[in-house]
Amino acid sequence: MTLVLEQILNGFQFGIMLFLLAAGLTLIFGIMNVINLAHGCLYMIGAYAAALVAARTGSFLLAVPAGLVAAALAGLIIEFLVIRRLYDRDHLEQVLATFGLILFINEGVTMLFGRTPLFVAIPQWLQGSVEIIPGVPYPAYRLAIMVTGLLVAGGLYLLVNKTRIGMLVRAGSTHREMVRALGVDIRLLYTIVFALGALLAGLAGLMAGPLLAVQVGMGEQILILTFVVVVIGGLGSIRGAFYGALIVGLTDTMLRAFLPGFFKTFMNASEADALGAGLSSMGIYLVMALVLLVRPQGLFNAQG
Amino acid sequence: MLKVDETYIAQAKPETGRSWLWPVLGTLVFVAFAAVFPMIAKAIGDPSLIGLATRIAIYAIAAASLNLILGYGGLVSFGHAAYFGVGGYVVGILYSHYVSGDPFWGFIPGTNQLLITIPAAILVSGLFALVIGALSLRTSGVPFIMITLAFAQMLYFLFVSLKAYGGDDGLIVRRRNFLGDINLADDTTFYYVTIGLAVLYFILFARIVRSQFGMVLGGIRQNERRMASIGVSTYQYKLVAFVIAGMGAGLAGALMANYSKFVSPDMLHWTKSGDLMIMIIIGGTGTLLGPVLGAAALIGLETYLTSWTEHWKFFLGPILILIVLFSSGGLTSIFSRGRGKND
Repeated sequence: MTLVLEQILNGFQFGIMLFLLAAGLTLIFGIMNVINLAHGCLYMIGAYAAALVAARTGSFLLAVPAGLVAAALAGLIIEFLVIRRLYDRDHLEQVLATFGLILFINEGVTMLFGRTPLFVAIPQWLQGSVEIIPGVPYPAYRLAIMVTGLLVAGGLYLLVNKTRIGMLVRAGSTHREMVRALGVDIRLLYTIVFALGALLAGLAGLMAGPLLAVQVGMGEQILILTFVVVVIGGLGSIRGAFYGALIVGLTDTMLRAFLPGFFKTFMNASEADALGAGLSSMGIYLVMALVLLVRPQGLFNAQG
Repeated sequence: MLKVDETYIAQAKPETGRSWLWPVLGTLVFVAFAAVFPMIAKAIGDPSLIGLATRIAIYAIAAASLNLILGYGGLVSFGHAAYFGVGGYVVGILYSHYVSGDPFWGFIPGTNQLLITIPAAILVSGLFALVIGALSLRTSGVPFIMITLAFAQMLYFLFVSLKAYGGDDGLIVRRRNFLGDINLADDTTFYYVTIGLAVLYFILFARIVRSQFGMVLGGIRQNERRMASIGVSTYQYKLVAFVIAGMGAGLAGALMANYSKFVSPDMLHWTKSGDLMIMIIIGGTGTLLGPVLGAAALIGLETYLTSWTEHWKFFLGPILILIVLFSSGGLTSIFSRGRGKND
């Protein structure tokens, strides 16, 4: 029972991480109509910047702004040089140009920092575990991720629903042409949204650092999952991204935790492990296929 | 809108006069050149060029098959490597059962005969494409891109989890298939077989594209709603195109498994799908020979840049971005520009 609860929390925490990436991706798609494959690169840049600063200074508190600034800056540069020229292109060209960005950034990072993964220590003051309910200890660091993620989600909700920029964002995702016609500086809005998405990706990256190995390719691994989240939730919908992220995070974690054990009841151990791992990786794609077949526009479509 | 109509009518016009002359002549010249190419490669002391040409031909088939749906049909499938990989695994799995002697699923005996493995690979890839296409084509636009990617990832993880066939490490095909009694272990022999199949494939491809089916497919790309309103059941046309494309990729995958004597889940990885799309974009979407030029350019660039630096992708990325941003129509547009074709 404790194990189940712990895995549910793990799934929830993974979902929160996915949400941070998916929120940016879905905003960028909803407002600018751009598919950005290089979103995972921003996550990786955030993770690398934080890991390097943490290794240099030994302080996680300094690593946090480093990761955020690096990702946001990288986002601004990418938007200015490449993405800005893709707004009116078709999806195929966007996919290919941002694929080119991935090749360039990943290989650039490999050249600078090599292929050996970097490891980041969990900061001292978050190392212990907390008893959430008596008898169930849970790592404090993962709890901190959840709290941060939920705060960010709440902040995004307020930003999108209660502020002037949020109003423009909402208007932009449903009636782009009209916002432009009303004289709003749409290019500035695009740049702000892209930088915000990059910032969130960087936040996810720097928080993932102590949990995973920081290495080239980490961005693409999570990017595909993020796409699944965005498609399940409905393109352009932040609410959809939130629920989609939780669905994907929980499904993936639960399948990984319990499917191999289930197969072990009637197969030998090593085969059960391999089959369980493979099938649990397939699980979320199956969920996505099912959602798309029933509701091709996703669960929460911004347009509808 | 009027312009679209005119080009469509212009395309649909039956070809007149001696329009068959140049393609036939071109094919003959190419076949003659391809026939003497191994001798040239050996004469200039670089027999590795034969292997390079074989790989280009294989990827040209794979990219062309994707081009049928992507370029001619306007369906951006981001999971085409799945059928390439499935084709490769058919060869690998049949070979492993041929070696071990016990039949696949208890009743399908293994084999190492190319005349059986290639049709089997085409058939199985086509079946996968039929199932995946039937489901994916219910969506369109970005969801279509994503769902094809999702299905390809599912198959990727399926093969990763199949421990019996190597799992993550892949499956070694110790010896290439036999073509009747002919041993294909020699690279030159295998080159001739590959080129022969590629030429046949492209002749068939050209016929499909110019047929009524190809015309309807082009019409669906330009305006699906209009095609539907004149009574074409667009879903069925798209599905048939999707299956034909999957079968072509299966053929390429089967050849690749034989060429490299190895299959692994990497053949199905989503970056492989990206590579195929890059080839089409570099060469020119919706053109017959674009994928050939694209495959030659990408494989050639890869071979050239890797001999120079291991970080060749660092240079490929910006090249790709520049091609997308500043050119439309790819390499073929450079060649056809002189002839004043507005296609």
